[in-house]
Amino acid sequence: MREFLRASPTEAWLVVVIAALGLFLALSTDQFFSLVNATDLLNTSAINIIFAMGLLVVLISGAIDISFAVAASVVQYVTALILMQIGGGNWAFGILIAGSCGILLASINAALIYHFRIISIVVTIATFNAFFGLLMFFTRGVSIYNLPDWWTDRIILWEQETPSGTWAELTLPVAVMAVCVIATWLLIAKTSTGRQLYAYGDNPEGARRIGINEAAQHYIAFGWLGLMLGIAGLMQVNYAQEVVPNALYGRELDVLAATVLGGARLGGGRGTVFGVVLGVLLIAITENGLNLLGVSPYAFKMVVGAIILAAIVLSNVSLDKLTVRRA
Amino acid sequence: MIAWIAKRRDAELIGLSAFLVVVVLAFSLVTDRFLTAANLNSMAVQLPELGILTLAMLMPILSGGLNLAVTFQANISALALAAILEAGGGPDAGPHVFALGVAAALGVGAGTGLFMGLVVAYSRAHPILVSLAMMIFLRGLGEYLTRGGDISGFPDYVAALGHGSLLGVPAPLLIFLLCVIGWQVLLGRTPLGFFTYMVGSNIEATRYSGINTKRIITLIYTLSGLMCAIAGIVMMARFNSVRVGHGEAYLLITVLACFLGGVDPFGGFGRVLSVALALVILQCLSSGLNLIGANQHLATAVWGLFLIAVMVMRFVFTNWLTTRRRE
Amino acid sequence: MEDKAVAPILSMKGVSKVFGGVKALSDVDFEVAPGEVHCLAGENGSGKSTLIKIATGVYEAEAGALIKVGGERVAKPTPGLARKLGIQVIWQDLALFSEMSVAENIAIESLLGSKVRPVRHAKMREDAAGALKKLGVSLDLGASVRSLPIAKRQIVAIARALIADVRLIFMDEPTASLTQAETDHLLEIVRTLSASGVAVVFVSHRLAEVLEVSRSVTVLRDGKLVGVYPTEGMSQSRLTELMTGQTFDTKVAARDMADAPPVLEVEGLSRKGEYQDIDLVVRAGEIVGLTGLIGAGRTELGMTLFGMNAPDQGTIRLDGKLVRFASNGEAIRAGVAYVSEDRLSLGLIQPQPIADNIAITVVDRLTRAGLIGAQKKSDLVDRWVKDLAVKIGTPRDAVATLSGGNQQRIVLAKWLATEPRLLILDCPTVGVDVGARAGIFAIIRALAEEGLAILLISDEPPEVFFNADRVFHMAGGRIVGAYDPLKSDLKRLEEAVYA
Repeated sequence: MREFLRASPTEAWLVVVIAALGLFLALSTDQFFSLVNATDLLNTSAINIIFAMGLLVVLISGAIDISFAVAASVVQYVTALILMQIGGGNWAFGILIAGSCGILLASINAALIYHFRIISIVVTIATFNAFFGLLMFFTRGVSIYNLPDWWTDRIILWEQETPSGTWAELTLPVAVMAVCVIATWLLIAKTSTGRQLYAYGDNPEGARRIGINEAAQHYIAFGWLGLMLGIAGLMQVNYAQEVVPNALYGRELDVLAATVLGGARLGGGRGTVFGVVLGVLLIAITENGLNLLGVSPYAFKMVVGAIILAAIVLSNVSLDKLTVRRA
Repeated sequence: MIAWIAKRRDAELIGLSAFLVVVVLAFSLVTDRFLTAANLNSMAVQLPELGILTLAMLMPILSGGLNLAVTFQANISALALAAILEAGGGPDAGPHVFALGVAAALGVGAGTGLFMGLVVAYSRAHPILVSLAMMIFLRGLGEYLTRGGDISGFPDYVAALGHGSLLGVPAPLLIFLLCVIGWQVLLGRTPLGFFTYMVGSNIEATRYSGINTKRIITLIYTLSGLMCAIAGIVMMARFNSVRVGHGEAYLLITVLACFLGGVDPFGGFGRVLSVALALVILQCLSSGLNLIGANQHLATAVWGLFLIAVMVMRFVFTNWLTTRRRE
Repeated sequence: MEDKAVAPILSMKGVSKVFGGVKALSDVDFEVAPGEVHCLAGENGSGKSTLIKIATGVYEAEAGALIKVGGERVAKPTPGLARKLGIQVIWQDLALFSEMSVAENIAIESLLGSKVRPVRHAKMREDAAGALKKLGVSLDLGASVRSLPIAKRQIVAIARALIADVRLIFMDEPTASLTQAETDHLLEIVRTLSASGVAVVFVSHRLAEVLEVSRSVTVLRDGKLVGVYPTEGMSQSRLTELMTGQTFDTKVAARDMADAPPVLEVEGLSRKGEYQDIDLVVRAGEIVGLTGLIGAGRTELGMTLFGMNAPDQGTIRLDGKLVRFASNGEAIRAGVAYVSEDRLSLGLIQPQPIADNIAITVVDRLTRAGLIGAQKKSDLVDRWVKDLAVKIGTPRDAVATLSGGNQQRIVLAKWLATEPRLLILDCPTVGVDVGARAGIFAIIRALAEEGLAILLISDEPPEVFFNADRVFHMAGGRIVGAYDPLKSDLKRLEEAVYA
């Protein structure tokens, strides 16, 4: 336990906050601590967690991406069009098309950042506008509802009736999320490739001197984000059962906030899968709790913003106390 | 020739002016409606909203930070003004009520900025995260207060502020020009402006030179908030209503405009005039495209692509300068 | 085969390198024998680091260079190839990954390469422990490097070099931030490595150290090879001469200033964990030297006098008046100036113009009705550039474009502009070429003649001995000895400091 606290202060701190929040909600509402609510939470958070996994890898490598959410919208549209062309397709085709499309869009960012030495925030704000503007221009903002059945069918992987008669169920996006989380964890914690990303994000000059391939770090980090955003886009359609070109607009900043709250550092080198999942869940649980407490939906965002602000202030204050004892 | 181009400060202005000339020439060749009084007037009315928000974004970026809350700070400030007008008689509210409301709006803008400034200065949290949390909070607060609706029904002179003109110059443009001059003097001539650049380059070295950097950072965000309030008032006058989410799409465009104007993404360098010029170029692109039948979305995409093109050209230009020096 | 046994472990011939039109190296030869401790000496910018980076494949040499490792020609060195051939570098900035664990940093080699491989944590820990054992040190393998003090990070960097079959190690300024005891330990390690057949190329600006540990020395000046010399019989002044191409005479410059009025009077000053019971007087026109090892509390004392760390106990008087600073801003207004030892990141704002760097301390004096007077500012800048004979292009150029010596003059200018009563100089010649140091001290001496009280802090005893009027030795946070350069000799001071 002490080892965990020392090695992962952010994660430990998030666990404590989530536990406290959970306890409070369990005591003050009778629905919070229930199977149905827990599965609901997972079903609604799945897509943000998939996005966050991709963003985490990019943040670790020392870059930032603002364009991933609108890129996912582009992926959704392109995938829908291609699937219509080939007459429907299936999940395998869907993942293949969405994944490659996502990787391609993210690689544009990587190429501009690496080959032209433009800072990632500049590049991705530019591509954010380019992707979204072009998507809205070519689609004229028209949504697609006529999608293949396999794509929009609600797939329930596990369900259980509760004593009160409601059903607790886990849907496909949750399973996909689990796969993405485990894959990302394997990549960044358990492979040499992932550790190189940490090293590069931590100290790019040092990494260069020991011969870590810079171009590879850019393409791997953004490529992974591309894959994740493709999958997230695919899953969001499964969840919403329609392709709306501006459905994901604005999602980038919410995911960014959750990811950084989960301990991924802007500037690179730090961040864990566990922490980021906790970061997304903390925000989801807060919204869920406010809902159960009967707070007006209009107030949700306000409270979430206030909680993140409080978290920033508190976590930095305690961190200061730890680091103040320098020689 | 090389010698004076090599001075980047001047190269920036010359390059942007050249771009502006090219854009204006291109559009006036394509359509004879571009260089007409009607088009110029509509450009002059549209430019200020984005322009003033961009000025609000500029100071934090120069100091090495970012303020992602600008659009909602503008909304919330306008909301304060609208609320006071409503309480003071709605359409019949007198000028003294309006004056009180403007003071309240400026106070709200500056107050939210002050809070962010204090958090950024005293905790070591990244400004992106702080302002992101503030943005989420303010958006929530605004939606909570307005229940997602509009507030309208203002005295006639409010609309005059948005649509009237003085000596042929549209009122919003006049306000924008005053803001530009104000910022130019502030950043170019006053101690606070001087220290903004210094803090942006190296905050520790500035502190070692005897400057109270916490105070500087706090002031920067306070002034940024004040500028947001002005933007909020102008937007309110233009639409004759307040709605939380008005101008939301401007957020990342303000960052784009700063980068286009040659502002260093890491802070320390960037000029008000270059940014103003970049804004004029963006407005010309969007109005010109609009005249030849494209919509705002295509203009957004072109803005993004334009920023990429400019950054790539800067890269090529810098490379050319170094090889040139080598010979 | 026989030939190979005596072949140099590294041989570089005709190495040149050009950066943006500037020749960093021109036609340099360099050779290291197996198991030899070889020193690479030269002033800043003489090309030492560039040479190391070419030897290890970080930079590519211009065409015409011939590089052989162990007698075999290496056509195109890369960092990976260099390590495979047994060449390792301990960089001046250590090039460690601060968020990663000690074990990962030491055994980073096993994580490199473009193939995706599983991380074998147990193996890495084992290898790392093995490398640390060679050094006779034990460290917490799971701790992040960020949590280690600088000396231990140095150990990590050395252990990383030892993990593979190493034949040659470059050490770039390895002792720059070590205390004397740590330095001694490092030199011991260098000797052990050499005895076991590993060649070490040692780069250091501490000439005494260089002469003590190495067998021969290659001297570079302005990117050109001056020559290769045995260290046997070489003196520090001779080596300085080779490095700078100039001769220097060192003379004690102390004067008796006992009659001058005191400017700074410190009594019983203490700050927990930093310094204890400091009594110190600096008189008008006097230069008081304060020397001691890193960690002796010198800089900490300087920071308190500059108002950045409040003392726990004791009093500070300026011109007889009791002062208690809440910030360095107050200290500056009271007439204290502080030249930081860290010029790169604390002393100057490198990317900003020279003019702004000079004006930053006196902006309020240049301001009338809320606006900075442009003419006033440029007058001020011109005056100081002229007074201190700083060589600049235009005042709009970035400070970073200046040499170390000229940058230090800008630092002095920015503080002298505040018209201080007391000037604290913390290691004012760090990163300043030997040749430019005399110029800096000439300025300091002239300032003292004008009546400025100067506290000169330095980790090099000769620097204070030859330039100060009185010298104090600080150790373990206390002043433990006082020396009058006129009545004492340098050897006594050095023995006391390094004891």
